[in-house]
Amino acid sequence: MSNSSGSGKAAGLVRASGIDPRMLAMIGALVAIWLVLNVLTGGIFLSPRNLYNLAVQSSVVGIMATGMVFIIVARHIDLSVGSVVGATGMLIAWLQVQIFPIDAAWGWQLSIVIGLLAGAAIGVWQGYWVAYQGIPAFIVTLGGLLLFRGVAFMITDGRTVAPMNESYQLLGGGIHGSLGETWSWIVGLIAVAAVTLMTVRSRRRKLAHKFPVKPLWMEFLLFALWVALIVSFVLVMNSYYKPRTEIPRGIPVPVLLLILVVIVMTGIARFTKFGRYVFAIGGNLEAAKLSGIDVARVTQGIFVVMGVLAALAAMITTARLNAGTNSMGTLAELNVIAAAVIGGTSLAGGVGSVPGAILGAVIMQSLDNGMVLLGVDSAMRQVIMGLVLIAAVWLDVLYNRSRSA
Amino acid sequence: MSDQTKKLVEVRGAYKSFGGVHAVEDVSLNLYPGEVVSILGHNGAGKSTLIKCLSGAHPIDAGEIFINGELVDIRSPRDARAAGLECIYQTLALADNLDAPANLYLGRELTTRWGTVDDEAMEVQARKVLHRLNPNFTNINDTVSSMSGGQRQSVAIARAILFNARILIMDEPTAALGPQETRMVSELITRLKNDGIGIFLISHDLNDVFELSDRLMVMKNGKQVGTYRTSDVTQDEVLGMIISGAKPADAAQTH
Repeated sequence: MSNSSGSGKAAGLVRASGIDPRMLAMIGALVAIWLVLNVLTGGIFLSPRNLYNLAVQSSVVGIMATGMVFIIVARHIDLSVGSVVGATGMLIAWLQVQIFPIDAAWGWQLSIVIGLLAGAAIGVWQGYWVAYQGIPAFIVTLGGLLLFRGVAFMITDGRTVAPMNESYQLLGGGIHGSLGETWSWIVGLIAVAAVTLMTVRSRRRKLAHKFPVKPLWMEFLLFALWVALIVSFVLVMNSYYKPRTEIPRGIPVPVLLLILVVIVMTGIARFTKFGRYVFAIGGNLEAAKLSGIDVARVTQGIFVVMGVLAALAAMITTARLNAGTNSMGTLAELNVIAAAVIGGTSLAGGVGSVPGAILGAVIMQSLDNGMVLLGVDSAMRQVIMGLVLIAAVWLDVLYNRSRSA
Repeated sequence: MSDQTKKLVEVRGAYKSFGGVHAVEDVSLNLYPGEVVSILGHNGAGKSTLIKCLSGAHPIDAGEIFINGELVDIRSPRDARAAGLECIYQTLALADNLDAPANLYLGRELTTRWGTVDDEAMEVQARKVLHRLNPNFTNINDTVSSMSGGQRQSVAIARAILFNARILIMDEPTAALGPQETRMVSELITRLKNDGIGIFLISHDLNDVFELSDRLMVMKNGKQVGTYRTSDVTQDEVLGMIISGAKPADAAQTH
């Protein structure tokens, strides 16, 4: 068998799968990174304990990256997300620890609601300047980067507030912050059922309308891969025990939140008018306006979504730290933007996907996590992450150039 | 056209100026069902501004527009569409990153009873209308950016006729097309005409104008030079009007 027919076969396989070749390249890159890091760390990287931590670390960045996809698809940028995490996180911690009565059963829930509303309000504010006053998002959110970091400091005059409510701490995925063995399997089974339902339904509907479908064997292969992914994820999370026991931890709560966010954000992107308009605005602003789309309103909406997601990330961060500190989320904007771009969101606008951004977040966190395990100091880690960000955008530029040529 | 026929569009004394520059000055024009009226003139003569007044992109400063005999106030693209008037822009105004059905329904998506976009219903309708325009059109789920010029034009035209528009404005529909695709668009215009749709056609190609249009209006410096039945004038006379604003000696104007 010659080499060229081999690569021709591979290309045919990619086409039959109906998956974006870029996404496949990302999956390939992730697998390669994992294998290399696992060898370099002598098997520590792919241990259940580390994968559990990696999953929790990726959730915070991943949740925000889903919002950043919308922002970048619409040809904007948000540099303020890290500072918004700081401000909303401090607000939640301050309310919970210093304002609400310590023994109130409603204290932590109310602090979350107010925190999310504050995130939405920040989105309304930034979206107003971008959408209705025409100030570039780069400037508005660069201002926001300073502004909200300042607010985070002012809420308690720079003091750290702790400890958080015990129930609230579960949201951070700490020692008790996971689903346990049984519930993890239930979640896994629900996921498998959902994948089955979606595969069958989508194929049946396409056939009913005589739309083109994937070959049957490919449908089975993709289905099998999904099931394998879900089952192995649950297995790995269940093989990490609580300290000094044999009690499996199971799926961490932040990962569960991430999964819910991914479902909701994918749903918004694919099944709502709002989501369609976000992509239309990014693809051709003039066409969107001529089609009667209220571009300003949609743009402001995107920033509101981003603000709420940043507040959600702040909730997980404070729960995990068991404290609120004014430096929370510092430099998170870089990881979040990098995750979106690595996951195939094009800075030229109009192109991007929520699952891709999650993949990007996992890649970024894997590199960071792996370097920590290898004892790379923080200065060097920053150098490498900066280079990764540039490389990701460079690949995007090359990809677009090769397609337009 | 006899006066008994109902006018689809009647423009009376339309004015539009931008900061003291009169882009459109006292233009009056009618359009009847099943009629193609060409609007001609140099770049900057005011024809683009005139069609933008009709399509709602630049509302008129003064004058009146009647559609089906009723006075309408067109302030936005939405208003124009509500009045049954669709514009096919020279740039086509397509979102390149979306597929054909999404573009056809952009801003007017069909929804399910849960309020989500109904991609299936839109695809079914899109296939029907695109197949009617262009039987070779099969890759409708590709992004518009990967389609040929003729296919992109088909998508833009399909979007205009999808919602049963009675009035179309076509801005240079064949400028970016090859000979075969140009023929396809010409055939399409003839078919739409036979369906009773009225069309304003903006074109630089006098052969197209003489082949397709029933009447033509020439503009110069924002003013209307004259409106004639296409069969009453020669290409040379029309060129004379476009270049020097000279009216032909022995042709009667029509409205």
